[in-house]
This record gives sequence, structure tokens and C-alpha cells, in this order.
Amino acid sequence: MDPNLQAPIIEVRNLTCGYGETVVLEDLSFAVKPREVLFVIGGSGCGKSTLLRCLIGLLRPIHGDVAYFGKSFTTADAAQRRDILKAFGVIYQNNALWSSMTLAENVSLPLEEHTSLSRASRDDIVRLKLTEVGLAGSEGMYPSELSGGMKKRAALARALALDPAIVFFDEPSEGLDPITSREMDRLILQVRDIFGTTMVIVSHQLSSIFRLADRVIMLDRTTRGIIAEGNPRDLAAKSTDPRVRNFLNQDAEQGNRTPSVQMALHSQ
Amino acid sequence: MIPNHPSRGSAADFNAATAELAKSAVVDDCVVKVGGDWRLSAPVPSWAGLFAQHTAANVSVVAEHLGRWDSSLLLFLVHGRTWCAESKHRFMTDGLPVNLQILLRQVASAGTSAARKRPVATTLLKRTESLAVNLVLNTTGNISFIGECTLGFVGILRHPRKFRSMDCLVEMQHCWASSLPIVSLVSFLVGVILAFQAAIQLQQYGAAVFVADLVGLSVVREMGPMMAAVIMAGGIGAAFAAQLGNMKVDEEIDALETLGISSIDFLALPRLLAVTLMMPILAVYADVLGILGGVFVSMTMLDIPAAAYWVETQNRVGIWDVFSGLVKSVFFGFAIGVAGCLRGMKCERSAVGVGQATTSAVVTGILLIVIADALFALIFNVLGI
Repeated sequence: MDPNLQAPIIEVRNLTCGYGETVVLEDLSFAVKPREVLFVIGGSGCGKSTLLRCLIGLLRPIHGDVAYFGKSFTTADAAQRRDILKAFGVIYQNNALWSSMTLAENVSLPLEEHTSLSRASRDDIVRLKLTEVGLAGSEGMYPSELSGGMKKRAALARALALDPAIVFFDEPSEGLDPITSREMDRLILQVRDIFGTTMVIVSHQLSSIFRLADRVIMLDRTTRGIIAEGNPRDLAAKSTDPRVRNFLNQDAEQGNRTPSVQMALHSQ
Repeated sequence: MIPNHPSRGSAADFNAATAELAKSAVVDDCVVKVGGDWRLSAPVPSWAGLFAQHTAANVSVVAEHLGRWDSSLLLFLVHGRTWCAESKHRFMTDGLPVNLQILLRQVASAGTSAARKRPVATTLLKRTESLAVNLVLNTTGNISFIGECTLGFVGILRHPRKFRSMDCLVEMQHCWASSLPIVSLVSFLVGVILAFQAAIQLQQYGAAVFVADLVGLSVVREMGPMMAAVIMAGGIGAAFAAQLGNMKVDEEIDALETLGISSIDFLALPRLLAVTLMMPILAVYADVLGILGGVFVSMTMLDIPAAAYWVETQNRVGIWDVFSGLVKSVFFGFAIGVAGCLRGMKCERSAVGVGQATTSAVVTGILLIVIADALFALIFNVLGI
């Protein structure tokens, strides 16, 4: 079936969110289709992480609605909310692996809480998930014993434990070297291709955006909303908005830096 | 332009920084010529001193034989701009190197935004309103946390298999192991102190044997449970707040919530139950050690044999006295657990937040213990226990 004809898996309608009296994003509307890799991009402080927190239910919207599979998440009762939560996995910026548990326990916990599988079946699934992300044999290790890249993979394995329809990523390449970052991108694509998982990724890593994104939405701090939406290559080439072009063509302009107070040691 | 650092050269390599005043060809204009090497280690010339003998409407700063310069020149120019603004002079920097002009503009815009962000002075009424609102929000937050914990306990009773009993056992072991040495020492010494103080007074009336009554009742009814609770508040309450606070900072609690797992059920209840169950056991242990402290003083100072002391204690301390101490200690344990878990889970997402949560957990824990103790004293008095 043509993805363009499919009903959206996530719908954001007139969403306004913020902290206390501070509105960070105002009247945001967009939809995500099944199997789509959507990047939320924008400069620091534009509200990318705030939007993510609203989407995953950690921050209550001031106004508007977030719906999954056509059902409202914002107004859902406890049971409906729990059902929706089971349908998505989240990978946090600093991985948020439970430090007192081994990798196997980390991946097993969602299964333990949401399924009636036997211990042996759970262990099999854990091994399977860890193998999928290239961490076979690391079941007994604690998060503190892992490198940054391994932690990201372990977080992905945990997010995939319940075979969710959607996976949210908060800065998946943050703190990773270019090779590990590329490897992480490959894993994300592999999961999308094999399981048909929808990916919503908050990032400002240009290489990942161009490698993975089917579509990007760009947020802006001053307008507190979406200033561009579309394929990243099209936007980089054709956007008439200088903010969008500057953001997506950063590499070309990297030598163009203004001096700062800290760099005040010169001779004439 | 070659980047340079003053510290790399010796003092002899530098020409002294200069700032000279020269009259311009235009009437009412003054030109300040900056030259030489400018270093942060050298004193910055004063603008007031420079213009002590002169007045001018416009001040223009130009570079002449300017060598190496650092932030000291920038500082001099910032001072100059402020001085000119205050003295109503026009300040012009067109004759300075371009990079210096850019830096000066950056500093100017940073100063403006900082000034904009400065909080507006609030009135006493506004501050009182803000305090009252915070108090109400905190109180409702605390009540809702206790409510959620209570619902969690009800949930455990309905679905006992859902309870993380292993986590609870680990926490109980931790409570016991970490508190035992200090509870032993403090309780024994409290017994010794009570017996010693009582002995000094009672010996005068030939009633030294009543030391056992005083120590027994004080320790069993008050000091045993209280001292054990205070130690637990300092150790276990703080540990709970630090653990949960750190988990919040690392988004581990968010990860639980987005998996549809209640952080109260998963993290708070095993800890709450562990400390609530361990508290009476530690209180009994503290009672025993306190009485042993009294025995030690009586044997060494009052020549009362241990058997006589024990008989006297048995005669005076009844089962209701022990019971009243135990009931209190259960509530103390719950209060310590609530304070530790509440502060940890409501902690701000920063290292400072974790520190504040830990301190707050201990203070809140001790406060709740004292309030609960006062209430129990009143209730037991009314009930005649």
C-alpha cells in the first residue's frame, strides 16, 4: 500500500506546549505516516526536546492534542494510555538505562510488565533483541561497563523489546564518534526496514538527517512553530527561507566564524 | 594578525600600554590614542584620570602603535563607553582595529540582554503571594504522593505478584547493614548517658536502683525508636533521595513512565515497605543496646549487679511500653521512606537539585519524626498507655 494513502500513525493537532507560563511551541500541527523516518530539527532552544516530551506524554500540552492510531493520547484514561505507551519505545539522549540492572534485566523489564511470557521466553527474546543490535553475549553487563555506542544500542534493544510501532529518539548520535554514529544510523534503518517501525528522531546531526530522513520538520525559536517541512535535500536546495538553508548547509559555511570575547588575544 | 599570548613572553618583550589624550582639530573633540602592549597583569588606565584636565563633547578612540593586546584593552574601552555615557559624551571607536570593534559590539549586546533579564524587584505582597502559592502546590504535591503510595499499597494487596519483593528484600538488607553499627554505638551511648545523669541525682537519695526504671522507660518508650529513626533518616532517607534524584537526572524515571510502568510502584513502594518493616526491628535492637548501656553504668559506677538491674527493668517496663515504641517506629519508618522517596522523585534535574533533595529528605524526615512523636505522646497520654 502506498504510504501516502495510509492513515497517519501520529497526529499532532494545534499543539501548544511549554513550562509553567512559558510557551515554547505554539499551535503546532503535523502528522507522521507509518514506516516514515521523521526528523525534528532546529537550533538549540527551539523546543525540539519539549515537543518530544509532549509526544511521549512526559509533558502535558497547554492546548491541543496528540493522537496515536487515531486515538487521543492527551485525553486518554489510564488504561488507554497504558495501551498507547506499549506501542512506542523511547531512546533518551543519555540512554536512561536503569543503572542497577544488567542489560538483560533492562530489556526484560518491559516484557515482564506488559506480557505474560514465561521467564525462559523472556530470556530468549532478550537474547534476540541484544543480538539484533550487536550486543550478543553482553546480557550480564551493567550499563556502567559499556561504551557510549554500546549504551545507545542497549537502549535501542530495550526500546524494541515490545516490538513497538513507533520509536522516538532524542539525539541518537549525541556523544558518538562518526563511525559509531553511522553504525547507529544503519541500525535505525535496519529496524525500520525489517519491522516497518515508524521513527521520530530529534537531532541536529546533519549527516544523520541526510542519511535517514524521509521528511524533516524544522522548528524555530522566534516563531515558536514549524518554519519548514519536507525532504531535507529539497529543503537544502530549494527553500527560500535563509534560516532553513543556513541550517541544512552548515558544513559549507563552517569557516565563517565571528570572534568572541574568549578569543581576545591578538596582535595587530 | 598573529595570535599571541602575553604569558609566553617575558616582561621585557612588552612595551607599556599607553592611552594618551590629544585635542582634535575639530573643536570640542578629543582623541584618545591607545598604543603599546596591553596585558591583563598591568593596571588599566582610568578614564576619569585621563579627562581630569579636559572636557569634550565627542571622544574618539584610535589605535596608534598598538602592539599585542588582550581583554585588558577591551575592558579599558568598555569602561570608556560607560564613562562617556555617564558624562554625556559621544564615544566613537572607528579608529580601532576591526576585530576589536566587533568584540566591543558583542560585549555591548551581551550587556543589554543581561540587563533585560534582570528580575524586576518584587513587592512584599508579591513575594508573600508567591510563597503561599508554592506552599499550596508543595502541600498538594506531597498529599498526592502519599495518596499514590497508598493506592500502590492497595494495588499490592490485590495483586501481590506485581510487587517487586526482591527489590524490597535488597533494600531491607541495605537498611539493616548500613544502620546497624551506628545504631549500636549511639543507642548504647544514649543508655550510658541517661544512666549516668540519673545516677548522679538518684544516688543522693539512696535510690540508685531506680536508674534501671528511668533508663528502661526512656529508652523503650522514646529514645530507642527516636534515635534509630533519626539515624535512619540521615542514612537511608538521604540514600533514597540521592538514588531516586540521580535516576531522575539520568531520565531513568522518565524511561519507566514511558514504558507504562508506575515509578511509584516500581521504585517508591519497595523502599517504603523496606524501611517501614525494618524500623521496628532496629528500634527493638536500639532498646536492647540502650538498656545494656544502663547496665554497664550501673555495674561499673553504682555496683548494682546485672541481675538486679534486669529484675528492676522487668518490673517497671511493661509490654505496653514496648508496644508504644514499636507502633511509633512503624510510623517513623514510613515518614522516613516518604520523605526520601518524595524528595528524590520531585528533585530538579541537576547536580545541585540532587544535593538539595538529599538535604531536604533528611530535614523533612527528622521533622516528621518529631511531629509524629509529639502526636503519639498526646495520643498515648489520652489512651493511658
